[in-house]
Amino acid sequence: MSEQAVLSMKGISKEYFGNKVLKDVDLLVKPGEIHALVGENGAGKSTLMNVLFGMPVIHSTGGFEGEVKIAGEKVEIMNPHDAMNYGIGMVHQEFMLIPDFTITENIKVGREIGTPTIFSKILGPALDVLDRKKMRDDANKALKRIGLNIEEYVKVAGLPIGYKQFVEIAREIDKTGIKLLVFDEPTAVLTESEAERLCQIMQRIAQQGIAIIFITHRLDEVMAIADRLTILRDGELVDQVSTDEVTVVDIAGRMVGRKMERVVDIKEVRQLSSDEAGLELKNFSVDMPGEQVKSMNVAIKKGEIFGFGGLAGQGKLGIINGIMGLYPVEGDVEIHGKKLNFSKLGDALENDIAFVSEDRRGVGLLLGESIEDNIAFSAMQVRNKFTRGAGPFRLANKKQIREHALKMIDIFDIRSTGPRQNTGSLSGGNQQKVCLARALTLDPKVLIVAEPTRGIDIGAKKLVLEYLIKINAEEGMTIIIISSELVELRSICDRIAIVSEGKVAEILPPDASDVAFGLAMSGLSAEDVDQEVEG
Amino acid sequence: MKTKSIIDRIGWPRLIIGLFFFLLIIVSPIMGLNLTDVFSDVLRRWAMFGILVLAMVPGVQSGIGLNFGISLGIVAGLIGGTTAIEINYRRGGEYQPWADLGLALLIAIPIAIILGYVYGLLLNRVKGSEMTVSTYVGFSAIALSNIVWLVLPFGSGTLVWPIAGEGMRNTISLEQSFGGIMSNPSVTAQQPFPLNLLAFEVGGVVVPIGTILFVLFVCFLMWLFLRSKWGIAMSAAGENELFTRSNAINVDKMRILGTVISTVLGAVGIIIYAQVFGFLQLYNAPLMMSFACVAAILIGGASTRRAGISNVIIGTLLFQGILTTSLPVIKQLMPQGSTLSEVIRIIISNGIILYALSKTRGGTQVES
Repeated sequence: MSEQAVLSMKGISKEYFGNKVLKDVDLLVKPGEIHALVGENGAGKSTLMNVLFGMPVIHSTGGFEGEVKIAGEKVEIMNPHDAMNYGIGMVHQEFMLIPDFTITENIKVGREIGTPTIFSKILGPALDVLDRKKMRDDANKALKRIGLNIEEYVKVAGLPIGYKQFVEIAREIDKTGIKLLVFDEPTAVLTESEAERLCQIMQRIAQQGIAIIFITHRLDEVMAIADRLTILRDGELVDQVSTDEVTVVDIAGRMVGRKMERVVDIKEVRQLSSDEAGLELKNFSVDMPGEQVKSMNVAIKKGEIFGFGGLAGQGKLGIINGIMGLYPVEGDVEIHGKKLNFSKLGDALENDIAFVSEDRRGVGLLLGESIEDNIAFSAMQVRNKFTRGAGPFRLANKKQIREHALKMIDIFDIRSTGPRQNTGSLSGGNQQKVCLARALTLDPKVLIVAEPTRGIDIGAKKLVLEYLIKINAEEGMTIIIISSELVELRSICDRIAIVSEGKVAEILPPDASDVAFGLAMSGLSAEDVDQEVEG
Repeated sequence: MKTKSIIDRIGWPRLIIGLFFFLLIIVSPIMGLNLTDVFSDVLRRWAMFGILVLAMVPGVQSGIGLNFGISLGIVAGLIGGTTAIEINYRRGGEYQPWADLGLALLIAIPIAIILGYVYGLLLNRVKGSEMTVSTYVGFSAIALSNIVWLVLPFGSGTLVWPIAGEGMRNTISLEQSFGGIMSNPSVTAQQPFPLNLLAFEVGGVVVPIGTILFVLFVCFLMWLFLRSKWGIAMSAAGENELFTRSNAINVDKMRILGTVISTVLGAVGIIIYAQVFGFLQLYNAPLMMSFACVAAILIGGASTRRAGISNVIIGTLLFQGILTTSLPVIKQLMPQGSTLSEVIRIIISNGIILYALSKTRGGTQVES
């Protein structure tokens, strides 16, 4: 193509402490195009953008390999300020606006237009008088460019979320010489109509010759407005194509893909003998910031291994934290037909549900206490296990605790200097094993495990997952796994619910196609796509 | 390698302060001080402050941090002490030290429980800035108690000002009450066997064994409690709120429990303090007492988030030991007058608090 690329990134590789997160990735963006960047969590989208903006996290960890060219010129972007000077702007997912400033002030903050005065001549431009009229005009011009009809003197504080996003865009547009705008999941917090509006605005901006990189997981939006797209998976470039050449189904399939590394052998899809109810969520909502669950309905069978998957921030983690009682909930949870009483702290524990939190260090462990005390804690507090005496002097039975801890250390192969070692000084995998041991010490009927293998080594991963399969088979324990690792869910679950925007998008068998999983993660079901094809 | 791990276990501050303490003990006879007096003083001051310092432990463990508001418990203890004397006076004023002591505790503890509960409710509303708030609660408690001392309708001659006939004195002698019955050999000598063994002198060193044993006994109870189901839950609440809540434990209740125990120990502590000292000190006398307790437990190796019994025992010994030995030594070196000793005391205790607080991290997690 004769047209010169506004941005060309070639052979970008990046390691964090020996862990390759980007492998030889190319990205080419032409002027005036909307270029979508898609991929699962951890596919390398944010790292690539961090490289582009010269974020400190890149340079403080040894920089990156490869070259970045802007308008055909090789550049070295060492910090976000450099990026701005090269005409690259970012519209953030969380708004970076000052609520008590007017729209004009927010658009112009840091780049105010001043008229020199006698004081500023002596003491520097910081003492210029603001040329409010000029600033207003500029702000109005920027607002007009994105087609927003709103008075520029309104304070940002009272604006609806959608408008805040637009003000943020106007601020970037107002920067002179802007060539490329990056939108990071801009539609995530918007309502449907706002999102539609945003897409229109993006198209309008693109028509003015400004290139756009659009990071999103909503594939329907990609299809609607993007000209071309780049798919990343596991830090590798999968494809860079024009949207005319592909369908949503293609993209979904390529985005998920089958990874080679397998932790546990995929088991046969089994039929559960009984249809008895295990755990049921009915119109279940959880108000957990960043992981909201919105009136979800799922029925999990007794003795089943059930998985919740989906992208980060879609609400799958809200499920466990809601049932645990850490965040306010609405709706019902029934275990074996019995409703949980959420006004009573710890009712889930009383009803034989045990948890392994995704936040090991924050929720899962007492880091300053020993392995044995951690393992015994829940059972002691909830079931009065390992104690003797009564009332304030119901004392811990150290001998029983020690015996039990030694048993658990043996079963889970917890590598430590002994049961007295503090959990804070254990490795991630061993900490996870302690968390699991603590939950199992409660002898639960239902075990809910969140991110069981996050940040732990292969050996520990295998052990943890195999143990979950084992107790499910031997004791008929219902196991619910919430995980971002689709491979992991597909290798051990009987059924997998993909959570999108706080709801179950689809419940799939583990041997469903990659495409089905990919679509569900983007919040689309197979039927939606069919309709689209037909329509 | 090995020495390093030993030093790590003891901790540099304790090592330095311990060596300094040791040095002072060696220097004091050279400066012409009587070593037996020094030892007597160290033992006496340890016994006086033991329980007050112990009162810091439940506060720290339950997550309210160092309880600067221990003055609240102290006020409860002082009310108990003065009321016991007044009751004794109204009933004829016989010398019944044990009944007085028992009564003082009996009155003080329920008051402390109520005050501690209300104080706990307050602290639950100011999570994150407990130590600042508790400092001012401590000051306010003393200010309020000043009014109480003026208006309580007591008539005992040992309590009220002799000329005005109303309002309590600054310093109330316990000579006619429970003063010294577990610490002063000349008082215990008049008691029947075996109570006469509660304090004795050996080679010129006065050993207040009764008080020491009592302090150790209370420490033992606390040790037991920290190993009980409730104690473990309380300590967990102080260490990791989310963890505790996810285990069906009400963190706020545990914090109140810790606050109440701390306040009760403050009340008991001041009564034992007065028993050894021989006087009840009212008005602004206990204003800065919480700082001495905080400094002692910090010297003992506690942090604002974790504290144990050993921190109490070692910390009280080091802190009170340094104060009692350094002041006479400094006086010998600088004969500028007695006010200097007070200045040094303030510098040492506040310096230690400053050091220890600067060592604690801002976050809510203890990494180890």
